Amino acid sequence: MALLTKKDVSLISDPLADNNPITIQVLGICSALAITAELKASVVMAIAVMFVLGMGNVVISLMRNIIPSKIRIIVQLIVVAALVIVVDQVLKAFAYELSKTLSVFVGLIITNCIIMGRFEAFALANGPWRSFLDGIGNSLGYGLILVIVGFFRELLGSGTLFGFAILGDPITKTGLYATGYENNGFMIIPPAALIVVGIIIWVQRSRTPALIEDN
Amino acid sequence: MNTDKNVYTVIFAGIMVVVVGSVLAFVASGLSSRIKENERFEKQQNILYAMGVNENVEDGGVSFIGTDVVEDEFSKYIKKQLVIKGDSVIDNNEAYLIDMKRQLALYKKGETPELPLFIGEKDNKIYYIIPMYGKGLWDAIWGFVALDDKMVVQGVFFDHKGETPGLGANINQRYFMDDFTGESIMQDTRYSGISVAKGNNDPLNERKDDNKVDALAGATITGNGVSAMILESVNLYKDYLTKLRKS
Repeated sequence: MALLTKKDVSLISDPLADNNPITIQVLGICSALAITAELKASVVMAIAVMFVLGMGNVVISLMRNIIPSKIRIIVQLIVVAALVIVVDQVLKAFAYELSKTLSVFVGLIITNCIIMGRFEAFALANGPWRSFLDGIGNSLGYGLILVIVGFFRELLGSGTLFGFAILGDPITKTGLYATGYENNGFMIIPPAALIVVGIIIWVQRSRTPALIEDN
Repeated sequence: MNTDKNVYTVIFAGIMVVVVGSVLAFVASGLSSRIKENERFEKQQNILYAMGVNENVEDGGVSFIGTDVVEDEFSKYIKKQLVIKGDSVIDNNEAYLIDMKRQLALYKKGETPELPLFIGEKDNKIYYIIPMYGKGLWDAIWGFVALDDKMVVQGVFFDHKGETPGLGANINQRYFMDDFTGESIMQDTRYSGISVAKGNNDPLNERKDDNKVDALAGATITGNGVSAMILESVNLYKDYLTKLRKS
């Protein structure tokens, strides 16, 4: 028997394209706007969300038959907050440098609607293994958009990728800057992320007409 | 099982709170000694970083000295740790553990704060290192500034709790911190601090006599927070700095 059935594979692959959490489900937009000025921050956030969503989905899925429906949102919130805090504490004790890098993301992860969204929409109704795959798939889809947005914002806004100068030095005017090219300061600020996400949605919908709703 | 009953909901909530609470308490108390030690090393690393005791290489990122040697290096380079309280100045080898947040709160209530000041010596040069604490856009920012006896900055270190990644969070990057070196915290005889300025047309920070460094694009409020933090710390310490100053 294959480790992943066809349905399992689609749990991972669907969120990458036709059921992308950011561009289709419109979940996790806030953090996509906030932290994509640099590619490095995008990657770190994507990995952190993958971890929390994968684990959280499993925990919620295991508890799905005993959670009282009236307080299920609070229970979900407690699970994700506790998970993030435990991870943060363990990192602080054993990988202090890493925890410093991640600490600014902790608050963003707890309040990330993609996490509550997947708990609510998937983990409450499915088994742990499939919930885990759903968590990984959705965080990959989320991370993919973050990386694309981060790539364009850092390249066009700062002329660098992962902090390395790609287009030359804007101050001493070398490389592309010698021809009169300037960094676009607008790409640095959060509204630029909205525009890049908008363009991604536009491209995606024009390639897959089935995604367009009838009016 | 009927999970919709009120009794069940209340019992579930109660158990959940107890379980999660004990797990968190267990983790926190089990790890607290290690975390405290890491935080202590970090403070020593930060103070040494400001006076230039670090492992930075040309064009590299921020690189502290290792945690395995930091305690020895700290006692080697930091010759004196002072606590300034009003007019009294006493030696205290644990001055670096003083929480600036609490001292600033005392100061704002009109009480006399206990202010730590570190005197470092490297290559026969004396550094006066003062701690700073302030607020950025989202949360706390802090740092250390190392001065010589002419009140010229020899090095700074900044850090933050939760500034925006990619924007304000970059105050702890070298391309921002290195700009402060060589700036004076004084304008003539006035303690003016150093402001993080937009549009001062000096991106390479070649003018060292203007009390200004080039701001980070997209991080106006964090930058203003840094300016305010430096000014506030300098004001707190100015009586003592005046005694040290040699023109």
